[in-house]
Amino acid sequence: MSEDIFITETTIDGADDGPLAGQTVAVKDNISTADVRTTCGSRMLEEYVPPYDATVVDRITEAGATIVGKANMDEFGMGTTTETSHFGPTDNPAAPGHVPGGSSGGSAAAVAASEADLALGSDTGGSIRCPAAFCGVVGIKPTYGLVSRYGLVAYANSLEQIGPLAATTEEAAALLDVIAGPDEYDGTTREDPNADCGSYAAAADGDVDGLTIGIPTELLEGADEAVVETFWDAIGTLEDQGATTHEVSLPSVEHAVEAYYVIAMSEASSNLARFDGVCYGHSGGYEGNWNESFSKARAEGFGPEVKRRILLGTYALSAGYHDKYYKKAQDARAWVKQDFDAALEEADVLASPTMPVTPFELGESLDDPLQMYLADANTVPVNLADLPAISAPAGETEGLPVGIQFVGPAFGERRLVRAASALE
Amino acid sequence: MSEDAVTPEAVRHVAALARVDLEDDEVDQFTEQFADILAAFETLDSVPDVETDADLTNVMRADEVRDSLETNAALRNAPDSEDDYFKGPNVS
Repeated sequence: MSEDIFITETTIDGADDGPLAGQTVAVKDNISTADVRTTCGSRMLEEYVPPYDATVVDRITEAGATIVGKANMDEFGMGTTTETSHFGPTDNPAAPGHVPGGSSGGSAAAVAASEADLALGSDTGGSIRCPAAFCGVVGIKPTYGLVSRYGLVAYANSLEQIGPLAATTEEAAALLDVIAGPDEYDGTTREDPNADCGSYAAAADGDVDGLTIGIPTELLEGADEAVVETFWDAIGTLEDQGATTHEVSLPSVEHAVEAYYVIAMSEASSNLARFDGVCYGHSGGYEGNWNESFSKARAEGFGPEVKRRILLGTYALSAGYHDKYYKKAQDARAWVKQDFDAALEEADVLASPTMPVTPFELGESLDDPLQMYLADANTVPVNLADLPAISAPAGETEGLPVGIQFVGPAFGERRLVRAASALE
Repeated sequence: MSEDAVTPEAVRHVAALARVDLEDDEVDQFTEQFADILAAFETLDSVPDVETDADLTNVMRADEVRDSLETNAALRNAPDSEDDYFKGPNVS
């Protein structure tokens, strides 16, 4: 286990039979598992043992899967490298010495290192797709509302979705088949309106003849040259199989990163207010005034990236600044949605590099948070627009994996699976 | 930006609102970083007004009594409890 993939190794047996019988699954450590500690990569929840299972955990064990561990992650999902974990960074099995991406880095690494057949991650601004790209595996960020978030420790509710990671598109889609669908415990879940089009796994037939692919120019402009070259090679492979491509413009994405971080941090500042060390979590055992003892417990329990985001979120929501930051960010979000809807009227899917860069070296990037936030430029617009996306391996450059991202319309997961499977 | 320049006092004020104690070196580091990050956020000023007709529907469920967590399960992660209640610090 040299890569430090799991925070907790465990065995949670599934049912004897089912569509995932015999399969092993790594579960990101912000997804609740009854009687198995769930830390969110944080000192705050180092000893927290949930009394109930997340809905997705119920579904995968009922489907016959065995959970083999709780995977390492950026603290509370806040990061792009899995280096903000209280439990230390995970190494990238596909590119040793480099980060596995974040925040579901342990989940992607578990699949890349064959420590698990499948994995569950969560994606708030790219946290499934980024590590999938960096570790050379497949990751799906489902349409908002397709997968229940019940039992997912909340970071930014309006943006995040649980989704699958696997070595192949078909395996990832098969895991999505198991976890997707309405849940009475999550009022934001919806029935897939395309449910009569067959399973997601069945869509992994590699048939892209006639598929139209829109390529947003803005998502190529800031990317490394070697990444863009690998991306075009993958597009060429799809064209050879009958897909057609055209350029599209998404002017709104220029503001997506800023809008994303304002919204995510604002929601985080509210969600993480529950960690006061009274009902659960790190308390520090301080005596005296309620507010003072909370403030000390939270200072000890949270790492620097979490504090940074809570404070920035509190700032953005505070009196006098709400209209300047949060309201404008919501306008930008609506604009991004419009842009994507328009582009997807002219194309079946949109394609771009998943990450504009190759995996950073471990320790390379922690000092400059703004630079790190900008690395999410290609993934965050999708969360703002509530759309589904997949990251699949596009190839390598100098031994480092490059991911290609396909984005589809709401509940268009099947066409994403089809496009990604054509590259295998 | 000048009138809204991020000062160490502003960072301390927000930290107090957020109930997170900061060390002095954290205040200095955040003051510097917040200036950059908030300047980036200000580019949102150029976002045009967009028609937003939010597609909202209420989600209701039947108001029926059903099982909830057992008391001891709810309390088992609490650092301190008394007589089946969570025990917290003094309010004042």
